[in-house]
Amino acid sequence: MDLLIFARGPGMYWAVTIFVIGVLWKLAGVILLRAKRDLSEARKPSAWTGLRAILTRSWPRRAFVHGTAFSEVLGYAFHVGFLFTLVFYLPHVLFFEDMFKGLLGVNFQRLFGVSWPYFSGGMVSFFGAVAVAALIALLVHRIVNPVKRLISNFDDYFSWLVTIAPLVTGMLAYGHVGAPYQTLIAVHLLSVELLLVWFPFGKLMHTFTVFMSRGTQGMQFERKGATL
Amino acid sequence: MKGESMRNDEREITLGEYLAARGVSRRAFLKFACSLASLMALPPSAGIAMAEALAKAKRPSVLWFPFQECTGCTESITRSHEPTIESMIFDMISLDYHETLMAAAGHQSEAAREQAMKDHYGKYLLLIDGSVATGLDGAYSCIGGQTNLSWLTEAAKGAAAIIAIGSCASYGGIPKANPNPTGARAVSDIVKDKPIVNIPGCPPIPAVLTGVLAHFLTFGSLPELDPLGRPKAFYGETIHDRCYRRPFYDQGRFAKTFDDEGARNGWCLYELGCKGPVTYNACATIKWNAGTSFPIQSGHGCLGCSEPDFWDKGSFYRPLSVAHWGNKATLGGAAAVGVALGAAAALAARRRQDKIVKGD
Repeated sequence: MDLLIFARGPGMYWAVTIFVIGVLWKLAGVILLRAKRDLSEARKPSAWTGLRAILTRSWPRRAFVHGTAFSEVLGYAFHVGFLFTLVFYLPHVLFFEDMFKGLLGVNFQRLFGVSWPYFSGGMVSFFGAVAVAALIALLVHRIVNPVKRLISNFDDYFSWLVTIAPLVTGMLAYGHVGAPYQTLIAVHLLSVELLLVWFPFGKLMHTFTVFMSRGTQGMQFERKGATL
Repeated sequence: MKGESMRNDEREITLGEYLAARGVSRRAFLKFACSLASLMALPPSAGIAMAEALAKAKRPSVLWFPFQECTGCTESITRSHEPTIESMIFDMISLDYHETLMAAAGHQSEAAREQAMKDHYGKYLLLIDGSVATGLDGAYSCIGGQTNLSWLTEAAKGAAAIIAIGSCASYGGIPKANPNPTGARAVSDIVKDKPIVNIPGCPPIPAVLTGVLAHFLTFGSLPELDPLGRPKAFYGETIHDRCYRRPFYDQGRFAKTFDDEGARNGWCLYELGCKGPVTYNACATIKWNAGTSFPIQSGHGCLGCSEPDFWDKGSFYRPLSVAHWGNKATLGGAAAVGVALGAAAALAARRRQDKIVKGD
């Protein structure tokens, strides 16, 4: 079995399996935790408005903007670049469409009546480059800034590594740089598999928990009468 | 006997003399040598050097053994409708054994083979097409009561070099496809102590064989090979890299089916499973049928036939970026296991809380 066959076959299959086990384990573990009973009377009639925190906390506060702008801008640049690269590149689209069809029996085009849109390779390379540049800048900032460095641990650095690896290997594969294409695409797939396996057990899990925790916190604050 | 002595006489004269006697002009020969040099990415001066060396070269004895094969490789190299570079291969060599092409049959042909091996021990070129059956000690494929395996091991001893023609001889090919009932192996799996050139493809491009032979005659050595034993000059780049549809790939223009507008416009066939990005061969540059076309130009994706085990690498029509998903039930089970683990973790946390509340 050559590397590409492994990466496209058993490697991907088991990585996705571990990803599913891990993500559901973590999510169920958090959701089924007993919520602390709040015996005080609610200060506001409905706490649901606290869901606004999901939006308001996703934007820099004017008072702190000088201190947080660098991380916020680069954070958005990375997330947008990464998302566009992941979702709107044709080989990825084919991968997802096939995954939905093969694993869930869902035909995207028939379900939504439109085909999955995608960008040209050049556009995707641009978004990928933005994501990589942002990640590098954020790493430098993490190392240079004493506070950030102090609160960083192995999880932060390893999560950074498994996130940038698919981007870099994918761009090398797109440009056919450094090795034969089948080696590059195999290494790219293996780097994605490493990401999937690490994902539920490190800080990358924030993808699923970030809005959940922000919403919950907003509702708790709202109940206590805070204005968000 | 008369025929044999004639062949030997012909071999004593140089290739230049032989071609001149056949009415091939010096100009045509120079053109031939220069185009070969150009195909092999040699500098322009190499064409003249090649022509001079070839003209002085003695025609080498070549034995061509057919093993587990379909004769497609022979068809590819001989089916030229007009005199071409490929057809000149037969003028460059003394083909002393080729079952399909030789007039002799039965014992006479075997005698010719044995005689050639004896006369040119250590000097002849051994060309193999087809894989070598190794199951049941090679009994799955025999010629004249002898196994291909025994032929190969015996003939390899006296060969100057071996050229494995086609994907079957190079890697085992279709006979080796899962479950490989005959124990098919590549020539390089059996012979370890001789220089071997692999010319894979199903079938291979005729000009590649001509180029390798010309290189051998000109420089007395085999051309530079890649890690899979293929001549770098022909297998150095992917089909995708040299494909005329490559700009459409970069622009994101793809045919979705074989008869949609994208297909009619000649857009990239990646989505239809083209294996061009992982296939090293010269189809996109040299092309087929005197440079007329190649599979992608004809509207079908590349099958990757010059790569090892191409038959067992999944559907020809599944895009390269798509994974091979296994059993859906395993993934469903994984989801159930994940939820169960989460529930167990949450339950354990609740119990711990209860214990703390009770002051245990």
